[in-house]
Amino acid sequence: MRTSFAIVFAGSGGAGAITAGSSFLQAAAREGYYGLMTKLSGAQVRGGEAAALVEIGVSPTEAQPDVFDVLIALDWDNVGKFAPEIPLNANSLVLADPAAGAPAPAIVATGARIVEIPLSKIAASVEGGRVNMVALGAGAALAGLPMGSVDAALAGMLASKGEKAVAASLAAARAGATETAVLGAAPLAPARKGARWFCSGNEAVGLGALRGGVRFVAAYPITPATEITEWLAPRMAAVGGRAMLAEDEIAAINMALGASYGGLPSMTVTSGPGLALKVETIGLAAMAELPLVIVNVMRVGPSTGIPTKSDQGDLDLVLHGTHGDAPRIVLAPLSIADCAPTTERAVHLAEALQTPVFVLSDQSFGQTETVIDPPARRPAPLKRKAESSATGADFHRYVATPDNVSPMPAPGAPGQQWVADGLSHDDYGHPSNAAKFHVAGLDKRRAKLRDFDYGETWGEIHGEGEVAVVAFGSTVGPVKEAARRLGESGMKVKVVALRLLAPAPTQAIAAALKDAQRVIVVEQNHSGQLYRHLLAEKALPAHAESLARPGPLPFRPGEIATYLA
Amino acid sequence: MSIHETAAPACHQPLTLKDFKSGVEPIWCPGCGDFGVLQSLQRALAAHGRPPHEVALVSGIGCSSRLPAYTSAYGFHGVHGRALPVAAGLKLARPDLEVIVVGGDGDGYSIGGNHFLHACRRNVNLTYIVMDNRVYGMTKGQPSPTTEADWDSDIAPGGSGVQPFSPLAIALAAGANFVARGFALDVKPLADILVAAIRHPGFSFVEVLSPCITFRPEEMEWKKAVQRGALSVNTDRAAAMAMALSVNELASGIIFQGDRPAYSETLPAPTGLAAIEKEFELNAA
Repeated sequence: MRTSFAIVFAGSGGAGAITAGSSFLQAAAREGYYGLMTKLSGAQVRGGEAAALVEIGVSPTEAQPDVFDVLIALDWDNVGKFAPEIPLNANSLVLADPAAGAPAPAIVATGARIVEIPLSKIAASVEGGRVNMVALGAGAALAGLPMGSVDAALAGMLASKGEKAVAASLAAARAGATETAVLGAAPLAPARKGARWFCSGNEAVGLGALRGGVRFVAAYPITPATEITEWLAPRMAAVGGRAMLAEDEIAAINMALGASYGGLPSMTVTSGPGLALKVETIGLAAMAELPLVIVNVMRVGPSTGIPTKSDQGDLDLVLHGTHGDAPRIVLAPLSIADCAPTTERAVHLAEALQTPVFVLSDQSFGQTETVIDPPARRPAPLKRKAESSATGADFHRYVATPDNVSPMPAPGAPGQQWVADGLSHDDYGHPSNAAKFHVAGLDKRRAKLRDFDYGETWGEIHGEGEVAVVAFGSTVGPVKEAARRLGESGMKVKVVALRLLAPAPTQAIAAALKDAQRVIVVEQNHSGQLYRHLLAEKALPAHAESLARPGPLPFRPGEIATYLA
Repeated sequence: MSIHETAAPACHQPLTLKDFKSGVEPIWCPGCGDFGVLQSLQRALAAHGRPPHEVALVSGIGCSSRLPAYTSAYGFHGVHGRALPVAAGLKLARPDLEVIVVGGDGDGYSIGGNHFLHACRRNVNLTYIVMDNRVYGMTKGQPSPTTEADWDSDIAPGGSGVQPFSPLAIALAAGANFVARGFALDVKPLADILVAAIRHPGFSFVEVLSPCITFRPEEMEWKKAVQRGALSVNTDRAAAMAMALSVNELASGIIFQGDRPAYSETLPAPTGLAAIEKEFELNAA
């Protein structure tokens, strides 16, 4: 029996492809399957073609499939545009409504088996029936999902539309399932049923921020990061915090930094172009030693690039962006499920080490909806060192300490007034051009990050083998899947997934790569930014290879497996 | 810590100018108008009555933006042009603090111009003091948005050819709730304006004519030329605007006191994180 199933619902705007995909995924979740759904849309602001790419499986799903098993076209208006993102082959099945005209040539060219099914006619036979619900039923039948779970998913999703709408959708889905039954199901192996979470990476980042204690977020709208702020806006109030819509990206980071100076764990959220605008203030946060979390949800760059597609090309910017030497912490979640604990950890580190901390997510994490196990592990909390027994006319803000972190009272504390300053300063925070203070400050800020024990934050090792693959962010999922497949065919591959990108965990990486005969750094950008970073940090052996390939198309496990084998 | 847990403002207590002095020596040129503004602000804060640890001064970059280090209050000397968003974040995170923003004309009107517009519009309960000397002093004499079009400089020989704008009219148009102009060397009257500005709810904007005698020695004439009291208090924004556009650019006084409600500092009662986590659950066991 198959252990995963991949299906696409596609159609023109308003046809309901995304609703069908989401319902399919939720129905599968009720049967215990994991899964993820990627949404594609045209460049139009509203309307236009849309596609829901859904993969479900018996174990957690962290990569897009090499090939989709089924494509159901609600119509053919512009669906051909998505062809490069919907790989099909001769084993794939395409369901096409004869009333919707001829299938897109790019789809026909894949050699997939095309079967006509009168979706619109079936929909018309049900009062209030819609084509997308017929397609949902058809898809569920092909995957072998019981209609009871489809019913339950629809009842939950459409509850606000009223009983009549739910009943019509159920009837249409059942009609679609009946019509498709003749094609025969390729049922999935049964899955272990249990509690699941349904979320996107952007939502999980928001949750991690709240869990970590962020009580102030400021942002400017930017694709594909906006959902984080939109998700947080009402929920921030629910935990006694505040979300601010800033007039621009620079205002957003400065608002967050002002709130942080006031004593609240604070965050700003953006994507590449916005981050490019924020970099001056990142240097200020480093220089004045102010906690700040910066979430960057990467999209294809440079410049405006492709706002709705994923890429890992902002690594150079988060590692080095700003003038001067400004050490910072960079964390990248290892999966959508990991977005919450990684963001939570980022908040703790920013607070404890009084420094800017990046959460480096990307569009394919942020905007993909996924079914995951409820995240069980949470990082141990760390707090800001705000208390000081010292008082007097001149507060010793940057006093030397064993861990190089000095007490930073929040305004309101009597007798401990200090000025946060971007000017080079002495250990009281007073501006100074003196070389000794400047160098001492640089040393202090580097040492507090370098000497901290990050523990398990550095990353994860999956599997053992003489071939080792190093990856970060959304590339980890396809790399793990490639390694699993190679393992089945006898090739042992170790996956070294990096969460801590700066300061580079060189010792942990060296230990992980100690026995590797072959090391490959896989990343989704054009110039091998992670590869160059790790080489510069002397974290890679000289023979290490780089597999760097830019977006917008996602890495598929097969592509990586082919390279490795 | 959440916004709800912040302390309530302390009671007013007798304070003097000295309570707001720090030991840090200003870098300003002898005769700089900013000394007068510093003294007026210290006077105003003493009169306002909140102790230094409940006050935060926020600034950007430039000669006048050095001011926070010269008082005994909490301070934030950030990057060029971004003082207003820092202050908005601080004030909304800590409504209990008295947050005052200081800076120059280049910082506030040029590189920070967008934030000026939106700070007026957002109407957070802040006081914004711009020390306007109509020149970039720290970079040795370039024309700013308030410099006369024909003022000769190395970077714009014969003048920039660009007309200065009216900060008062812009503040009024953008929605500031309190608008005034003072003169740096009129320490006592300026302190009175600053107290009124600090106590007025919402966003209060005070433009201060602050001579740069190093790069604009002709501004020493302001002492005679300032038209003291030529601005009078309007509560009608349109009337204030008409006055701002018609009076002499060296007229001082309070021109507008509005009644726009300040950006909300109160928040709904928190309900907690547990309910939020529940939203993610499918197939709850």
